[in-house]
Amino acid sequence: MLIHYAAREIHAKIVYCGPGLGGKTTNLLAIHGRLPERARGRLLSIATDGDRTLFFDFLPLDLGLVKGFRVRFHLYTVPGQTFYAASRRVILRGVDGIVFVVDSQAYRLAENRESWEDLRGNLARERGPGAEHLPLVVQWNKRDCATALPVEVLSNEIGLGGLPSVEAVAVRGVGVAETLKACCRDVLQEMESAGRGGPPRGGSSPGGTGPGMPPPGAPAPHRPLSRTGAR
Amino acid sequence: MVGRNWALYEEDFWGIDEALSNFLAGSFCRGVALIDRTGQLITTVGDFPDLDLDSFASLAAADFAANRELAALVGETDFRTLVHQGVDSGLYLQMMADRVILAALFDKRTTLGLVRFQAKRVASKLTTILEGLFAKIQAGGFDDSEAAVGAGFAEAAEAELDGLLGD
Repeated sequence: MLIHYAAREIHAKIVYCGPGLGGKTTNLLAIHGRLPERARGRLLSIATDGDRTLFFDFLPLDLGLVKGFRVRFHLYTVPGQTFYAASRRVILRGVDGIVFVVDSQAYRLAENRESWEDLRGNLARERGPGAEHLPLVVQWNKRDCATALPVEVLSNEIGLGGLPSVEAVAVRGVGVAETLKACCRDVLQEMESAGRGGPPRGGSSPGGTGPGMPPPGAPAPHRPLSRTGAR
Repeated sequence: MVGRNWALYEEDFWGIDEALSNFLAGSFCRGVALIDRTGQLITTVGDFPDLDLDSFASLAAADFAANRELAALVGETDFRTLVHQGVDSGLYLQMMADRVILAALFDKRTTLGLVRFQAKRVASKLTTILEGLFAKIQAGGFDDSEAAVGAGFAEAAEAELDGLLGD
């Protein structure tokens, strides 16, 4: 995060992670479509011919003036495919908040797990012990699919218990704004806490005080922020 | 090295701005930008006509980060400078204080040799300023952010976000 006093600007970076074809780019497209033009920059996408994310997607979001400071969120996606590990490490550098997009379909469970482990490893490398305080919101995407597993099952199987979460159908724009708002809220609260020199607050749900990432193997119920009612 | 959060104070900013202006005058570049290694644009001096500066900053940082990975693959710690040359214009990128990228956009009004010479000079000055700034932040923690983001800031920002994305 960068606070630029001369320009009166605050910049923060949010990265969407998760397995390939899970809906990360779809989230950014939906946000881009929903934001008024004054608040959004160009959606930049480095994709292959097959429209798979090759390096990253990037969308600047301008919140406007808040107490005299222009607040800007830079939204990125990482490529989900396993073999783009180096690209993911690059994009995660300097991240202030994470959205982990889960593909709810039963046959994607292993990919979800693999992606989550990859993310944990990358964050541990990037941030060291501070990784557990990083604001992190889980999005249960594709809730409208017939093969979608119950959220409790996904949460337990992947090991995402205790994290704030939102159910979504990103392709229809459902849950997309809620997810982003939850992550931005945690990033802003973390920034405020850092300003006070106090402990990071983490957690997005009302009254949530836990760390962003649960310790390994810690069983905990998921903390839904909203439900889509899509199923 | 400063942590993941950092702040650019006004007095340091004016020192940086002056150094960049001098670089521009001496190198005959079209424009020069300072970019945080995470892709956030810090400032620009000169001429960047019709350029999407957000994308420019994001891609320049990604370019550097990707090349760092390439450097590691070939046994180097880092590539400190990158040069891209097109038919009519070119880009000179240099990492400073392991945190901030100098990105100079040049065309046929100058030469790569002159840009490189002037960039090394200004990078030395800017590195001194940035390292002083980071030392200041480390010594004093991040307490000054309270002035900007004190109580109620997150709440006010959330209200703006609700307005943009809907409740």
